[in-house]
Amino acid sequence: MKRVAYYKGCSLEGLAAEYDRSTHAVCEAFGIELVEIADWNCCGSTPAHSYDPLLSAALAGRNLAIAADQGCDMVMTPCPGCLKSLKGAQEACEDPGLRKPFVELVGRDVDGLKTVSLLQLLYEEVGPVAIKKAVRRPLTGHVLIPYYGCLLTRPAQKAKFDDPENPVSMDRLLEATGALVPDFPYKTECCGATYGVTRNDFVGKLSGRILDMTARLGGEAIVVACPLCQQNLDMRQDQINKYQKSALHLPVPYISQVIGLALGMDPKELGMDKLCVSPDILFEDRAEAEGKAQGPGAAA
Amino acid sequence: MERTNTLSIRQSRDTDFIREVEEASGQDVSKCYQCGNCMGSCAYTFAYDYPVTQIMRLVQLGQKDIVLGSSAIWLCANCQACTTRCPNDIDVARVMEALRIMSRKSDTVSLPDIQAFYDEFLRSVKTFGRVFETGLLPIYNLRAKKPFTDFDLAPRLLMKGKLTFFPALVKKRKKIAEIFEVVKRDRFSKDGKARPEPLSSKTDI
Repeated sequence: MKRVAYYKGCSLEGLAAEYDRSTHAVCEAFGIELVEIADWNCCGSTPAHSYDPLLSAALAGRNLAIAADQGCDMVMTPCPGCLKSLKGAQEACEDPGLRKPFVELVGRDVDGLKTVSLLQLLYEEVGPVAIKKAVRRPLTGHVLIPYYGCLLTRPAQKAKFDDPENPVSMDRLLEATGALVPDFPYKTECCGATYGVTRNDFVGKLSGRILDMTARLGGEAIVVACPLCQQNLDMRQDQINKYQKSALHLPVPYISQVIGLALGMDPKELGMDKLCVSPDILFEDRAEAEGKAQGPGAAA
Repeated sequence: MERTNTLSIRQSRDTDFIREVEEASGQDVSKCYQCGNCMGSCAYTFAYDYPVTQIMRLVQLGQKDIVLGSSAIWLCANCQACTTRCPNDIDVARVMEALRIMSRKSDTVSLPDIQAFYDEFLRSVKTFGRVFETGLLPIYNLRAKKPFTDFDLAPRLLMKGKLTFFPALVKKRKKIAEIFEVVKRDRFSKDGKARPEPLSSKTDI
């Protein structure tokens, strides 16, 4: 069993509780043991690195130091914002000006750890082939849109995963569930980030564009791997509809929820009932109908 | 918004500022040849007073007051599109971040409500060790004098059991508060300059 330190981050305790639940369920199914970082604290997110680089590095770094002390060499976080902060802490460790104050505050260096997102862990440690084999309830006939957001693969020098302009890891994982996954031109476009509260119209404009494109491509749902993208696209979908005078109704499940669903897990166990826009459309079993359509008659 | 007098731009040129930005960001801003890729990639150009390409040029020209007082540096979402597409490998998002920090230090933040949101976020971390989502919003709303922001979301989130009513407390909260205090104490002293007047509690955490 692979042992990975788990940094859940603040969102997964509150608005993204279903991301936490489904992450645990899917990792367990593939024999990955998640070791929660003891007494973890907030990484500081955007506010900390807009205040001082050392604040951001030390807040995030404390968690890495605990993970290392717990005997882990890999740390996974489902949140791309947290991941950026964790990687920032490792960078500070290598920065001649920051290393000394960093180690004084945190107690040790943390640059030897591997820090990954949930998406990277699922793609590299499990992979599409193993997922395909484990599927019990294929999502055949469902059209799913993969949306990565800003930070999962950017900036490339720091993320060191997938492609910064046209990432495909989530595409491959979703295809493994049997779903149809169209090319999505807005894969890495910004959703409006933290401006949901301070500049709500930004989210209306930017997330609205992403939802519109999802609908135009015939997507039934837009699949995400970031709590903030999820909140903007799902929780704020009514606000977006109001802003751009649309009537969109697109569920926004997490990648872990979709994989769990395909593995045959109970939707409730995956927290599907926590999504604001109902994901019921994903529960329709279309495998049989699809099988018939692809029968001898359809080939002609 | 004040505009630059482009006919006498040398008068307002501050070469120390160029050096400070380069030091804080670790980037060589003179490598920017104004191709505009960052501006074209930026999702927020529609809202900026100066598009990011112009911010880069203004930094090159040492136009400190305009740059540190611009709304652009506080509207940047740090999405990394500019950094990803810069043909000269300038980490443009890092430059914007350095400028945000500098504008805080010089007390020239052009969009205090965005800074207030960040400050409340950090206060929550300093107090509890983690962000208390349910508590953060009402406090920010009061401070920003927009009491009903996101009021419409509350019933649904309550129904979904997504609102928590008690903050999750980190056991070693004192350690977290200590990190804040040490950083706050040292942040002005690194460049060897005398610490400017302490910022009021309204503008600092």
